[in-house]
Amino acid sequence: MAAHPSSKDNSANNLRKIWFDPNVRALVFQIIVVIGVIGFFFYIISNALFNLEQRGITTGFGFMNQTAGFGIIQSLIEYDESHTFGRTFIVGLLNTLLISALGIIFATIIGFVMGVARLSNNWLISKVATVYIETLRNIPLLLQIFFWYFAVLRALPSPRQSVSLGEAVFLNVRGLYLPSPVMEAGSSFVVIAFFIAVIGSIVLAKWAKRRQMLTGQPFPVLAVSAASIVLLPLIVFFIMGMPIGLEYPALKGFNFQGGVVVIPELAALLVALSFYTAAFIAEIVRSGILAVSKGQSEAAESLGLTRTQALKLVIIPQAMRVIIPPLTSQYLNLTKNSSLATAIGYPDLVSVFMGTTLNQTGQAIEVIALTMAVYLTISISTSILMNIYNKKMALVER
Amino acid sequence: MLKNTHIKAAVAAVALAFTANASAAEGTLENVKAKGFLQCGVSTGLPGFSNPDAEGNWQGLDVDVCRAVAAAVLGDASKVKYTPLTAKERFTALQSGEIDILSRNTTWTLTRDTSLGLNFAGVNYYDGQGFMVSKELGVSSAKELDGAAVCIQSGTTTELNLADYFREHGMKYTPVVFDTSDQTVKGFEAGRCDVLTSDQSQLYALRIKLAKPDSAMVLPEIISKEPLGPVVRQGDDQWFNIVKWSLFAMINAEEYGLTSANADDMLKSTNPNVRRILGLEGPKGKGLGLDDKWGYNIVKQVGSYGESFEKNVGKDSPLGIARGVNALWKDGGFQYAPPIR
Repeated sequence: MAAHPSSKDNSANNLRKIWFDPNVRALVFQIIVVIGVIGFFFYIISNALFNLEQRGITTGFGFMNQTAGFGIIQSLIEYDESHTFGRTFIVGLLNTLLISALGIIFATIIGFVMGVARLSNNWLISKVATVYIETLRNIPLLLQIFFWYFAVLRALPSPRQSVSLGEAVFLNVRGLYLPSPVMEAGSSFVVIAFFIAVIGSIVLAKWAKRRQMLTGQPFPVLAVSAASIVLLPLIVFFIMGMPIGLEYPALKGFNFQGGVVVIPELAALLVALSFYTAAFIAEIVRSGILAVSKGQSEAAESLGLTRTQALKLVIIPQAMRVIIPPLTSQYLNLTKNSSLATAIGYPDLVSVFMGTTLNQTGQAIEVIALTMAVYLTISISTSILMNIYNKKMALVER
Repeated sequence: MLKNTHIKAAVAAVALAFTANASAAEGTLENVKAKGFLQCGVSTGLPGFSNPDAEGNWQGLDVDVCRAVAAAVLGDASKVKYTPLTAKERFTALQSGEIDILSRNTTWTLTRDTSLGLNFAGVNYYDGQGFMVSKELGVSSAKELDGAAVCIQSGTTTELNLADYFREHGMKYTPVVFDTSDQTVKGFEAGRCDVLTSDQSQLYALRIKLAKPDSAMVLPEIISKEPLGPVVRQGDDQWFNIVKWSLFAMINAEEYGLTSANADDMLKSTNPNVRRILGLEGPKGKGLGLDDKWGYNIVKQVGSYGESFEKNVGKDSPLGIARGVNALWKDGGFQYAPPIR
């Protein structure tokens, strides 16, 4: 008679089995880590709150509704001293987003051009690109920002001696002054025409791509869309009797008044950020292109494609799969690096909110937590968007 | 570098989360005695107030307050370690216990006194905000500044006063905000702005930093009250008293003719006021928890308020600021210390 294993033995056995199950083990350790992390944050947060209370420091986000009372040099939304600290947060945030978006656009363009140029067969072009990349990649960004701001832009003349272009555009040490559009009645039709042209161009591009895939016949999409985007609004503009006027900047008192001004802080930061990041992007593009096997370009060549066509249709689309993930990191870096703005007084989130607002209110913990949350959100959103794009690119190629 | 300032601010904020409960808020006196030195927060370099000299020793009116406290507490005015702080960092550094006392031309305001967990221990300089312009602009009054670009240091009361002043007078301005006073001066010199605004005492100090000090002038308008003084953490009354009375001892010393030069001779004085400052009679050091010689040490090692003023910002210094409202009450100024008795 076989002895039945006692139920006690059985459960011990089971327990041992469970304990040696890698999945269960992984789960247990993960739970322990999560509890540890939560406990850690719980401890430091409650400790901070206790310390704040002990020292009679006001806590909470109530300060966001108080009047700020200080000026900001550049604001994308309406702002003056009578607005609240909550508003200064938005102003700083928008300025950060502005510099990041512009920087990403410029850095991508320069980076792609330089990356392709470094692989060029033309000796001069490839060497120029190499020197550019190796120089800018190896100089700290902060120094580059200082260089553009203090060395280059400071050499510009004073307002009274401005460099002018047709009495409409003025350049001086205070910034670049451009005429601003003045919208009159009927101007909305011009704007609508512009958007119709843009949407039309997108539809056209899709149609042209599909036709080319099916028939192999190319269509000059770029030229046609460029022409329509310029011409259609222009025609509407004249039909409506020129409803958009220009307000010219004019020297009044200390400086130019009216028009649009690009402040030198923005210019210096933008130039430094885009040139610096572009050098890294160029290397990413180069590595991406080199990752595409040589057979692909030979095949493209044997089909009779020009070098440009081969790049555009064969090489770059395949290289993108390698390029996108590290490119995402560069976009994130650029966004975070924009916080160096404070060194030259560009009113970004760190300068306006973590700088002035923090000091006026003294709410260090709240302000810093909020600032960190903002950068985290921007970074995660960028990542998600780029991942979606990455997936799309990867699928198309299969 | 500059990025450091933000890292420092963030670290200080994080320090608030990690420091052991409340120990930093109480017992600063024991803490300082145990360490053997006073940790004093000063500016990043402002001639006359707190600025390192050629040998790297900190000098100035604000520095003398730290030295007086060190003399009173430790018996040695040289036992001070200095932490240079920007305007943005200063409060967090004090709150988190990084420094024992903040002596950095800080304006006493209601908000700072009530919601930051701080206490102002007195006023060592009565200041007011002014404007500095380049002479070639041909401006003679602040009321002519409509539309001007103004260079300014971030995170100061100056920023708020400026906005108030221009709004009150219906004028517009462009704020160009920098992190440190050095950058502010650079911006002003390069022509990025027409006007540099700051407390008047600072304007005189910054003017001598210009390549051509004579090219700039300070406008006559004073647009605000800026009582500057040392600050301590709230919740440690004993330490608050020590800092307060160290400053009062210096002011009282001037009133009764005590100086660092005559302190030893004055030990023989029969004037009861002098004898009380020197700890020969009266309350002595007991109430403050200090040695009876605390007052004597301050006078002997640091000097009276008047001495400190003339040496650092007054007629014996490059700044050459007149005593003005900072004269003693009996000479028509605001400086008035409660009696030591």
